[in-house]
Amino acid sequence: MSIRERLSGNEAAAIAMKQINPDVVAAFPITPSTEIPQYFSTFVSNGTVDTEFVAVESEHSAMSACIGAESAGGRAMTATSANGLSLMWEMIYIASSLRLPIVMSLVNRAVSGPLNIHCDHSDAMGVRDSGWIQLFSENNQEAYDNLIMAHQIAENKDVLLPLMVCQDGFITSHSIENIELIEDDKVKEFVGKYEPEHYLLNHEEPIAVGPLDLQAYLFEHKKQQADAMVAAKKVILEVSERFEKMTGRKYGFFEEYKLDDAEIAIVCMNSTAGTAKATCDKLREQGIKAGVLKVRVFRPFPAEEIAKALSKLKAVAVLDKADSLNAAGGALFEDVTSGMFVNNIHVPTVNYVYGIGGRDTTVTDIEKVYKDLEEIVKTGDIKNPYRYLGVRGDN
Amino acid sequence: MAYNLKEIMEERPSRLTSGHRMCAGCGAPPVARMILRAVKPEDHVVVANATGCMEVSTFIYPYTAWTDSFIHTAFECAGATLSGVEAAYKSMKATGKLDKDKVTKFIAFGGDGGTYDIGIQSLSGAMERGHDMLYVCYDNGAYMNTGIQRSSATPKFADTTTTPAGTKVPGKMQSRKDLAKIMVGHHLPYVAQTAAFLNFKDLYEKAEKAIYTEGATFLNVLAPCPRGWGYNTEDLMLINKLAIETCYWPLYEVENGIYKITYKPAKKLPIEEFLKPQKRFKHMFKPGNEWMIEEFQKEVDSRWQELLDLEEITNKNK
Repeated sequence: MSIRERLSGNEAAAIAMKQINPDVVAAFPITPSTEIPQYFSTFVSNGTVDTEFVAVESEHSAMSACIGAESAGGRAMTATSANGLSLMWEMIYIASSLRLPIVMSLVNRAVSGPLNIHCDHSDAMGVRDSGWIQLFSENNQEAYDNLIMAHQIAENKDVLLPLMVCQDGFITSHSIENIELIEDDKVKEFVGKYEPEHYLLNHEEPIAVGPLDLQAYLFEHKKQQADAMVAAKKVILEVSERFEKMTGRKYGFFEEYKLDDAEIAIVCMNSTAGTAKATCDKLREQGIKAGVLKVRVFRPFPAEEIAKALSKLKAVAVLDKADSLNAAGGALFEDVTSGMFVNNIHVPTVNYVYGIGGRDTTVTDIEKVYKDLEEIVKTGDIKNPYRYLGVRGDN
Repeated sequence: MAYNLKEIMEERPSRLTSGHRMCAGCGAPPVARMILRAVKPEDHVVVANATGCMEVSTFIYPYTAWTDSFIHTAFECAGATLSGVEAAYKSMKATGKLDKDKVTKFIAFGGDGGTYDIGIQSLSGAMERGHDMLYVCYDNGAYMNTGIQRSSATPKFADTTTTPAGTKVPGKMQSRKDLAKIMVGHHLPYVAQTAAFLNFKDLYEKAEKAIYTEGATFLNVLAPCPRGWGYNTEDLMLINKLAIETCYWPLYEVENGIYKITYKPAKKLPIEEFLKPQKRFKHMFKPGNEWMIEEFQKEVDSRWQELLDLEEITNKNK
């Protein structure tokens, strides 16, 4: 029987890590993910895990130590947010290029500056091209479930890529919600043993990791990374299916909420999906055919699948909790629209940058987006495709 | 067993093989080879390397000159990278995932750029946390890999590409950072400064002690650079000798806080002897620049005296 609990998102992540019992955790505190290594340290101090906890002096060192530990042949995990991830940036690329299935819990927060400790997705978006798998989580349950699935995806021999599980800073990381935990032994069996083919600590076969890789080889190595990201799509679905068999909880690339007969829909990620679903329900009562597409797997990006799921709509709004500052729209918007274009699907689509620096996004805000979409359907005129939602001084 | 170079060379083949692409006359490869010879033949090593000359010329895909396991990640984090490897070793040993009878030692190599400067935070963290590892700085006194830019290890007045000896500014105007003392400030069980000198005895013995002392240990090793320093490649060992005989590069060790100078020149040579054969100090010998040599000498003298004092003080209450 699964265990019913009440946990915050950070607690849920820490408990997932405890059940995974990695060989090494290296982390440095940063709001709002600080609690994860804190809770985990308690497990270390009380001997409930076998993990070596490396209390590094920076996030750059956290990722460096994770790379060292994973190359050594162990499972390595970390947690961070915002500027912590920014400081890791150099090592983030190195981790993926070395094909190390490190798993990170990323509690999304606005990247400085100015300094702000609250949620947006600028941290995750900053590493979207780094070769990490990125899974997004609407609530504590999903943050937990995604972490439990992480190693089986990342360590698959066709994948071998690092993976980050994202959840919204404070909004879910610090909110206590009901959660269903899986029994320890079941998690242990699901996650399995890590048996790398080559590793530094193998006396029988010394290896060299991290070469100078020049014109004759780097291109091919990057292509291999790209192929692994493509291969990850299939593996993510397979692992999610096995997870569903164990828990009854179904996961795909994205969740379609009342999309079947919808005429207008919102595409978003993480906790905002909850607000969007609530708004959707409200509008449905008024006879408005609203729907939601919640992206779970942002990297690899399921471009074709999303485009097809949106193909029957009359208008779509893509919500980005981070701007690309490119004068054209946020990253999710660009990916969704480019997916639609390539797959010859032409639905009027607009972008809303929202919730920056932890600005509340309420049902009223989301309602406005749906109303705007109705207007677009009525007039057939998009006007400005690149919009801001809930910002002051915007005409 | 008394140190015998011939026996060591015969019994312990080099763990850094020939075929690497370091320059002729470079001080780093003989240092790395001798340090690795101090590892017991039955023990495995994981070498970590900061980005730098040594890394880019020993591991160019698909070739490696390292016979042990080797990891390079980036410039500033050899300390942190190796601490992760060591942590995994500890954990995997404890859980029986690794053979309990086999020993792995952990040795990081970084140049002065990767150690004194960009990597000092990562180094300091790894040392403070007490990982069971040796960090070796091969100090060639500038960023040689990128083309001889000044570092905090560059001696005062040296001509580098970012402190060119010009008509207004005669080379680097700041003194050298004392990294070994910074490491002593971490209260490590073993810190030493050494160089390839007199049949490598000092280097070998310190390496052996550092590798087999439990906890975090540090070696600062002089590694002259023929391109950056401007000496003839065949003079490498002579340059080392002059650095030591002038007390520019004193050989000493600090074991649990107690200083021991391991070589005291019978007759301390004037600093000109060390400066003269190097092009980077050429401008100091121009008429009118005598003050630079005087000032350089003064700094060498005061640092040497400080070391003598530290030896005396720390041995007093032993």
